[in-house]
Amino acid sequence: MAINRIFKDEASEEKGERARMASFVGAMAIADLVKTTLGPKGMDKILQSTGRGREVTVTNDGATILKSLHIDNPAAKVLVDISKVQDDEVGDGTTSVVVLAGELLREAEKLVAAKIHPMTIISGYRMAAECARDALLVKVMDNKLDAEKFKSDLMKIAMTTLSSKILSQDKEHFAQLAVDAVMRLKGSTNLESIQIIKKPGGSLKDSFLDEGFILDKKIGIGQPKRIENAKILVANTAMDTDKVKIYGARVRVDSMSKVAEIEGAEKEKMREKVQKIIGHGINCFVNRQLIYNFPEELFADAGILAIEHADFDGIERLALVTGGDIASTFDNPESVKLGHCKIIEEIMIGEDKLIHFSGVAMGQACTIVLRGASHHVLDEAERSLHDALCVLSQTVNDSRVLLGGGWPEMVMAKEVDELARKTPGKKSHAIEAFSRALIAIPTTIADNAGLDSADLIAKLRAEHHKEGCTAGIDVISGTVGDMAERGICEAFKVKQAVLLSATEAAEMILRVDEIITCAPRRREDRM
Amino acid sequence: MALAFDEYGRPFIIIKKQEQKTRLRGLDAQKANISAGKAVARILRTSLGPKGMDKIVQSPDGDITITNDGATILEQMDVDNQIAKLMVELSRSQDYEIGDGTTGVVVMAGALLEQAERLLERGIHPIRIAEGYEMASRIAFEHLERISQRFDFGADNIEPLVQTCMTTLSSKIVNRCKRDLAEIAVRAVLAVADLERKDVNLDMIKVEGKVGGKLEDTELIYGITVDKDMSHPQMPKRIEDAKIAILTCPFEPPKPKTKHKVDIDTVEKFETLRDQERKYFDDMVQKCKDVGATLVICQWGFDDEANHLLMHRNLPAVRWVGGVELELIAIATGGRIVPRFQELTTEKLGKAGLVREKSFGTTKDRMLYIEHCANSRAVTIFIRGGNKMVIEETKRSLHDALCVVRNLIRNNSIVYGGGSVEISCSIAVEVGADKYPGVEQYAIRAFADALDAIPMALAENSGLQPIETLSAVKSQQIKESNPHCGIDCNDVGTNDMLEQNVFETLIGKQQQILLATQVVKMILKIDDVISPSEY
Repeated sequence: MAINRIFKDEASEEKGERARMASFVGAMAIADLVKTTLGPKGMDKILQSTGRGREVTVTNDGATILKSLHIDNPAAKVLVDISKVQDDEVGDGTTSVVVLAGELLREAEKLVAAKIHPMTIISGYRMAAECARDALLVKVMDNKLDAEKFKSDLMKIAMTTLSSKILSQDKEHFAQLAVDAVMRLKGSTNLESIQIIKKPGGSLKDSFLDEGFILDKKIGIGQPKRIENAKILVANTAMDTDKVKIYGARVRVDSMSKVAEIEGAEKEKMREKVQKIIGHGINCFVNRQLIYNFPEELFADAGILAIEHADFDGIERLALVTGGDIASTFDNPESVKLGHCKIIEEIMIGEDKLIHFSGVAMGQACTIVLRGASHHVLDEAERSLHDALCVLSQTVNDSRVLLGGGWPEMVMAKEVDELARKTPGKKSHAIEAFSRALIAIPTTIADNAGLDSADLIAKLRAEHHKEGCTAGIDVISGTVGDMAERGICEAFKVKQAVLLSATEAAEMILRVDEIITCAPRRREDRM
Repeated sequence: MALAFDEYGRPFIIIKKQEQKTRLRGLDAQKANISAGKAVARILRTSLGPKGMDKIVQSPDGDITITNDGATILEQMDVDNQIAKLMVELSRSQDYEIGDGTTGVVVMAGALLEQAERLLERGIHPIRIAEGYEMASRIAFEHLERISQRFDFGADNIEPLVQTCMTTLSSKIVNRCKRDLAEIAVRAVLAVADLERKDVNLDMIKVEGKVGGKLEDTELIYGITVDKDMSHPQMPKRIEDAKIAILTCPFEPPKPKTKHKVDIDTVEKFETLRDQERKYFDDMVQKCKDVGATLVICQWGFDDEANHLLMHRNLPAVRWVGGVELELIAIATGGRIVPRFQELTTEKLGKAGLVREKSFGTTKDRMLYIEHCANSRAVTIFIRGGNKMVIEETKRSLHDALCVVRNLIRNNSIVYGGGSVEISCSIAVEVGADKYPGVEQYAIRAFADALDAIPMALAENSGLQPIETLSAVKSQQIKESNPHCGIDCNDVGTNDMLEQNVFETLIGKQQQILLATQVVKMILKIDDVISPSEY
């Protein structure tokens, strides 16, 4: 009994080399997992859920893949986390950030094996990351002042982002969609106001941007199907039996006739409410909650279009596009702002009927209707478009742009290499390793496209030794090409975020020398 | 296990279910305890110092924490051994009392236990060892006081404080931008500090984190942030010269707490109730409007109708604000928390120069900033970082830094870091030992050896030769009689901590020595461990 256990049963502790090994292996496994999805010729993954129905997702989006994995390795969790954050913050580059972090760790592993202390590696990485960022800052282009050029920049960025996704066949079409949608936001980053409706059927090419607003609802029976010059009241109110909300109140009666009386009163109350709503002088009423048959009938009688159960986002967007208030009480019609639009009509997309509001007062929101062969295609298309929209909306705010196709990585690698040569001490090994990790990204892109990466990278590196070089990998033709000519651009913000978060994550994993796993919480077995 | 028998040979039951318990006695118990304590110390040893490593702790639910903070590691570790729990307590109490040096105190205790084990093997009674340690700690304590220095700073001269914070932060993952964070911490503490009374209420500093952005974007806000947005999407996002009504009553129909029943049995009753309800909402909103509020912050939810009425009357509102935040807002804006609408008056409103909503990233995250408050004595540190773990770790690091600044304001004596004080104390204790006759002398010497453990661990973690470095520094201290020589962890080139600007607070160090000694004494005094057996 001399040696005591400090931990509870089932808890484990890993130390030193073993701990470091576990985290390196875990992190690299994750990086290798998503590595093949990188670049325009990256492959997709099928994810099957463990839930009922075994639903299948086909995707190319790093964040989506990683989010759906159940991971036990702590270091791998760190990588999943950074990809999630990258998704939230800039929307794109979720795969690159994981691949870069994985490469950094792979290089670090070699250095650790060569007996260099992790702390030294970290300080080298830090210097390198700083230097790489400065290199990008120098080369960055900003076309904010020139509206025409800026728009073409946006277009290029959208095309570049989309080229690695399922939408790549129609990337011009979709890039145009995304740019138009984002320009309508006028600098706001609230992507909520861009609604994406997915309808299976047709082909991806049939997708379109609608300037107005489309609500995926049906018009009540017996109500007008088309309204011109609509005055819309957007509301969030109960239109079922309007309960008395004062707590504890309940109906307690002793005869049938009284029940009928109270029912009558209830109806009367509803009728009053409807009258008040009609009193606003509207011809369209959109409610967030259900509208029961009785009030619906009343609306129909008054010739008012009533739309029920528009969800929260729906009414919020509707309020945004039509410029109306969201109302919940109807006692002072004069001060409630109504929404306006030219035409409300029912339209058909595929087999579904939708309500279309066109000619809206304020064009801050819009709807993108996606068409495609199957749900999987549509889901993936939505994710791709979302990525593009995110990147564009971020670029509108921070208009600095870089070239794509491995160009920024090469620029950074070159500067970092310079730094390594100037730095004395063991750190320079780490800095050199950093540059190798950076080059791994264009290498992976080339590999995924089935090209001879070693040859291409060597050529590319030679090109980059010239001043003002704009060369990158042109995956389509399989050669080194001029990125500026081919119009391949990326947002500076995305690259910077990739660089910084990958370094941060690698640093974090490197610093660890011990993993303590607590005993898993016991779950009640319900079997 | 020894059993007692009565005259008929039946065993006395001394402890309930005696057979089912394991029991350790005497030297065995002490040795087992010591080895458990040492095991805990060994885990933390590599985290010490600016080049210390981090640990990953995976919680029972699978969440991960990556940290370097001793108290956090131990707290998350979920230990089972009784003595190990004592060590956890030890680091926690250092955390509560001082906030920094939580790793150091455990390493120190571990070293003391290790030395005690050797003495036990020589047959010295544990109580004598404990007493020797007590004497030694007193010597060290007084010596610390002697070598400490006064240290001047003021509201305008924050540089020395920033330097101290940087020492604390340099051992954490955030050391990339320790300068910025140190300045933020110092400004934050000075904003809430009462320099006259030398008191700092750290509750007034709220540390908030949001994933995204980078560490450099971390900012100090002279005001409060609330992770909420306006209750109605169309309410204004920016309010200047806000008068804030702080409510703890919901904008909902009244719910009396006493049991009651309202029976509706006639049409009239139904209608009166309905009217009352409508009037009730109207009154609530009107009341807020009447007292001149331009912003309502409420702890509870709003009914849809009330929400609309608020919007309608142009009265922005925030709902579901947590109790703690509500209090902070009340303190910052100088308002009162009002539990009933009837009690709302103009004097009870809080005032803030600017309230604005800010959105982040591509998701819908929005936060409310309340700035330029009437009472500027509440600040928020808003941390941004690449991922959740970095933010959590930054929060912990900043907490340490804040505590250090607070300690300096309470007591502005400092000692020099980098292991220099431990070496200096060790020399002093060694010298002092000779004055004590008796067995205690050995214990005091052992204490001096234990003190060397911290600089030794520092050197080891920094990749230096521990024994060589320590002996070199020690002889240098004696030769030059300069207590500021320490371990040059960062490879700066000098080991004079005065030049490196590495400080620690005097009370932090004193506390470390006292707490570690106390716990070790307690562990040494245990000679019987009775624990329920697992079978």
